[in-house]
Parts: sequence; C-alpha cells; structure tokens
Amino acid sequence: MVMAEITHTPSFSETFLTNLYKVENGERFRTCLQCGSCSGVCPFGYLMDYPPGRMIAGLRADEFDLVMNTDTVWMCVSCYACAQICPSKIPITAALMTRTKEELVLAGNVPSELQNALENSQRYGNPLGESPRKRADWATGIQPQITILGRDRRPVDVLWFVGDYPSYHPRVQLVAKSLAKILNALGINFGILGPEENSDGDTQRLAGERGLFEMLAEKNGRIFSRYQFKKIITSDPHAYNALKNEYPALGISYPVQHYTQFLVEYFDQLKPMLTKEISAVVTYHDPCYLGRANGVFDEPRMLLEAIPGIKLVEMAHNHGSSLCCGGGGGGMWLDGFQWEKAHARLSEWRVHEAVATGANILAVACPYEPPRFEDAIKMIQPAGQVVVKDIIELLAEAIG
Amino acid sequence: MNIIVPVKLVPDLVEELSIDASGTNLDTAWLRLIINEFDDHAIEQSILLKERTGAHVTVLSTNVEGVDDLLFTAAAKGADRLIKFNGDFDSGVNNHALARAMANILKDLNPDLILTGVQANNDLDGSIGPLLAEYLGMPYVGYVSGVNVLGNIVSVRKEYPGGLIGEMEVTLPAVLGIQAAEQPPRYVAISKVRQMMKTINIDEQDLTGLDTLGGPIVKRLFQPEASGRAMMLSENAEEAARQMVAIFKELGTL
Repeated sequence: MVMAEITHTPSFSETFLTNLYKVENGERFRTCLQCGSCSGVCPFGYLMDYPPGRMIAGLRADEFDLVMNTDTVWMCVSCYACAQICPSKIPITAALMTRTKEELVLAGNVPSELQNALENSQRYGNPLGESPRKRADWATGIQPQITILGRDRRPVDVLWFVGDYPSYHPRVQLVAKSLAKILNALGINFGILGPEENSDGDTQRLAGERGLFEMLAEKNGRIFSRYQFKKIITSDPHAYNALKNEYPALGISYPVQHYTQFLVEYFDQLKPMLTKEISAVVTYHDPCYLGRANGVFDEPRMLLEAIPGIKLVEMAHNHGSSLCCGGGGGGMWLDGFQWEKAHARLSEWRVHEAVATGANILAVACPYEPPRFEDAIKMIQPAGQVVVKDIIELLAEAIG
Repeated sequence: MNIIVPVKLVPDLVEELSIDASGTNLDTAWLRLIINEFDDHAIEQSILLKERTGAHVTVLSTNVEGVDDLLFTAAAKGADRLIKFNGDFDSGVNNHALARAMANILKDLNPDLILTGVQANNDLDGSIGPLLAEYLGMPYVGYVSGVNVLGNIVSVRKEYPGGLIGEMEVTLPAVLGIQAAEQPPRYVAISKVRQMMKTINIDEQDLTGLDTLGGPIVKRLFQPEASGRAMMLSENAEEAARQMVAIFKELGTL
C-alpha cells in the first residue's frame, strides 16, 4: 500500500517560534519553566490578556493567534524587567515582546497615537513632528557657540548626539542647555549634527517598527561617516542603547558613552568646579536603558554625590529593580491608550516611591523623564514639593 | 470595479512658508511637500472599497519631489497600479488646466469611480473634483465621508454644515470628493513600503496641454498682516501670561 506523504504547513505559532529561536539567545525560549516571574514583575502584566509567560505558553500550545488578537502587548514598555528576572535568561523583551509588536505593525494594527509618532519619525526624523530645520534652534544664543558639524566643518573630539526630546521638547531643552554648559566649562572640543541628526530610532524599533529604525539608523550612519570625531556622547539612554547595541549590526560602529560615563572620566577636573551647594535630599531614578539594559548604575550616583550639600537616598525599587517611567517601548506615544486600559501611570507610581523617601529632588538621566515625572507630580497631592532635575541640570547649577 | 484616485502633494505647514522675490508665489527653496490630507483619506476609502468589493485601485499624481514615496506607500496599503504624470509643474499648475489635461488620460483608464480629496490647502481656483467631473461628463458629490457600492450605483454619505449627514445614490461612473474615509488612513510598516519599491513599477505618462486658461492670476501673495484692531501679545511666555491675566480681569472673566 502506498501512503500519501503527509504535508504540513507551519502554523503562525510555529513560524513565529522558529523565528524567535534564531534571535540571539533565542534557543532559551525552549527552557521556559512557566514560573511566571516575568508576568509578575511586568509593571502592566496584571492587566495584559497575555502577559509574557502566557505568551510563551500560547506559542507552545500553537495558539499564538489568540495573543495577536488582543492589543494588550501595547502595554509593554520594553523596560527589561521580565528579561532580567527570568531564571532561564530568556530574551523576553528583545525578542518576544518586540517581535510580537513587529507582527502587529506589519498587520497595520497600530494604535493611532503611536501611528502619529511613527509617521512623524519617518517624515521629519523625529517623533514630535517638528521641522528638521529647527533641530538645533535650542542652541541659539549659547556662548561659546556650539559647533554644528555640517555648518562649521571642523573636526571635533566628541560628537554629541543630542536626540529628539532634548532638541525639541521645551522642558528637555533645558537639559540640553545644561549639558552644553558643562561641556563648555570643561573645555571639551565637541560638536552636534543639528538639522542633519535624525531620531536614533530605538524606541520606534521597540514599538515594533524595525524598518523605520533601520531607515533612521542608515540616515544617521551616513551623516556620521561625513565628519571627524573620536567618540559619541548622548544624554539619551535610548540613543545610547541604539548606538551601542543595535547600530553595529548595521555596520555603524562608533565608541559611545552616556554623558554620565563621559563626565566620570573628567571627575577630577569637574569636582573642584562644583562649588555651589545644593542643600537637598535627592533620590535617583535609574532609567531602564541606562541601568537595567546597559548596567550603568554607579556613574550617575557618583556625579550626584560629588555635588556639595546633596544627600542621596534610594527608592524601594533601585538599580536593577528600578521601575519604568512608562515611556519606553512606545509608551511615550501611548499615554492615552495605556490610560484607557490601566487608569494608572507608571510615572505616578514612581513619584509615589520618590515621595516616600522624603526626597525633595527626583534626579533623572533620560530625556523622557522630566516631562513624565513633572506631569505625574501634578497628579499626586503629597508630591507637590518634589522637583524633577536631570543630573546634568544639578551639575550645571552647582558650578554656578 | 475600476477606481482611480488622483492625489497631489501640497506644501507641508511644518515649515514656515515664505514668499519668493516675485511676490506672487511661495518660495520653493525650503518648501517641503506632503500628501494632501484629504487625498490620503481618498486613498484609504479606495482601499476599503477594494477590500469589500475586490475593486482595482489606481493611484496617480503629478511628478514632483516626494511623489515616488507617496505612490509606493499607496501600493503598500493596497493600490494595484501607480501612475505619475510628467510635465512642467515647477511654477504651480491651476486646477482648471490640470483637470482638462488629466481628463483625457482618465477617460482611457475607464474609471467606474474617481475618488479625490475634497479640497487642498493650495487650491487657488477651486477643488479638482468638480472640474474633473465636468470635463469627463460625470456626476460629482463632494464632502463625502462614506461610500458603499451597490452594483452600478454607489450610496454616499455627504456632510453638510451643522452636523447634518445626507445619504444619496449616484449612478456610476462618478467623481467623489472625499472629506473623510470611513476610518483614519492606516499605517503601513516601512518594510512594506521598501518592498514595494522593489516589486512594483510606477507608470509614467506625459501630461500635455497644461496652460494657464481658467486659472486665477495672482497679483500679490502675502503673509497675514497685523491690523490696528488686533493686540499682539509678547513672545515671552511669562509676559504673555501676565498680559492675558490683565485682559481677562479687565473683561471681568477673572
């Protein structure tokens, strides 16, 4: 008897899982114990139809289409808490959550708020929808004048990748101005790209728009290659993460530092300049993409403790267990969507923790945070006296 | 069903507009172009109709900077055929001439339905939809926010001032001026647009017979000018806030 060959078309779950195995450390998805730690630690896991652990169970049960039919993966803020706590070290954030969002984006299933940010990024090179020509307007009037590489045509030691929010957001422009002040005070030979700079694209990537990320990275890569500099610094942990961990795979490879790492190298020169006392109790919020994702915990604290008068205290969640401000993974552009689902803001939870420490300054090191936390403070009665400051703003204040 | 969607790129207001030396035209040195918002809705409506009826959708536009991206994006959304018109568009084209020239080409495409944005921010001589309908001898309905195909007629929802909606039936072929698609224009992933760049061709056709007949003659183009009746507040936010509080107090609202 001749038996017909059994043909098998792989299901969506099978194809998806096979592709996950191909991601760096993706084989570890086979080792999931279903312990549920990821779902438990996820700040929004409690209201996801399929928190990370159940997503993996859904894949194994060949029922991932059920996961794709819900929109609660858009609650994921790509904060790496799940990946960090996983005993099997499964790349949950980098692979599972991001790939799921990519599938949703490919299917055109994108919340409209997010759609605007993605379209703006594509069209103007920044998610805020601002004119690319005005990208360096924040620097107008700063003395000594900030070098814009395309205009001034001279080699620099340090290329400062300013990023979207420090370039355009009125609150975060103050952070950019403070960094300019410190770099000038230290006599650093630095420059910026100005209108030629594009969004680093990392948050768009983590929101599932891989193609957009690649387009933005390629644009930045082309511009980088035109100029002479020795290293890149940035005040944006998302840009830092992209330049350090994602751009090299696209052939764009430069030494990069977050400004906190860079300034620690100048610590002996900087410390004696910090003469003005700031009498305050300060608590520091570790940004996900500086701390948990990239292991930079000590430099920010070292800089804060160098400021005379500052007493540093820690929140309940600190270092690797820091709570996300809610801006990552597209959360920055999903405020309304996430509010509808959660009726809570991660930034407000974090401000509650800051208030509990008795601190009067909440120090940050990521451009998403000043506006997010300042908005949260307006919503929380006892937080009225807490002030949000980027570390660089405190340093700029302390040099007088 | 054969749907044709003529769309155009218009000045993007993200950049401040400036007037050129002649004083009658926009300075194009810093001008960015963006798809006319209403045309974007016309494309979306055509794709929705394609999904419901299996229609064939052709999107066409004039060959100006950015047109390829516009057309490939339309293809990624589901458009079947892309056409760009070559011609002299540098000094701007009036809609009367454009409609006359396009009508000849559109006839050969045998459209059942022509969807276009109901208006654009640079329509100086009226919107193109009714002009096209006139030259093609087709009926026209504008301010449409919903289309349903019923054999050789379409049922359309037309918006009127005051929040009124009218429903009417139009015999095909017809031209519709789209105010809003039934859902907001969809997002397409960049990777899909890039894929289209590799797999679909843009047909090119010459648009001849463009003249100035019927169009407006611009004598002077100028920025809004402050008149004596307006009080300009300070550009300094704090100062402006103080001024506003003083005004509100004076008016008795505070």
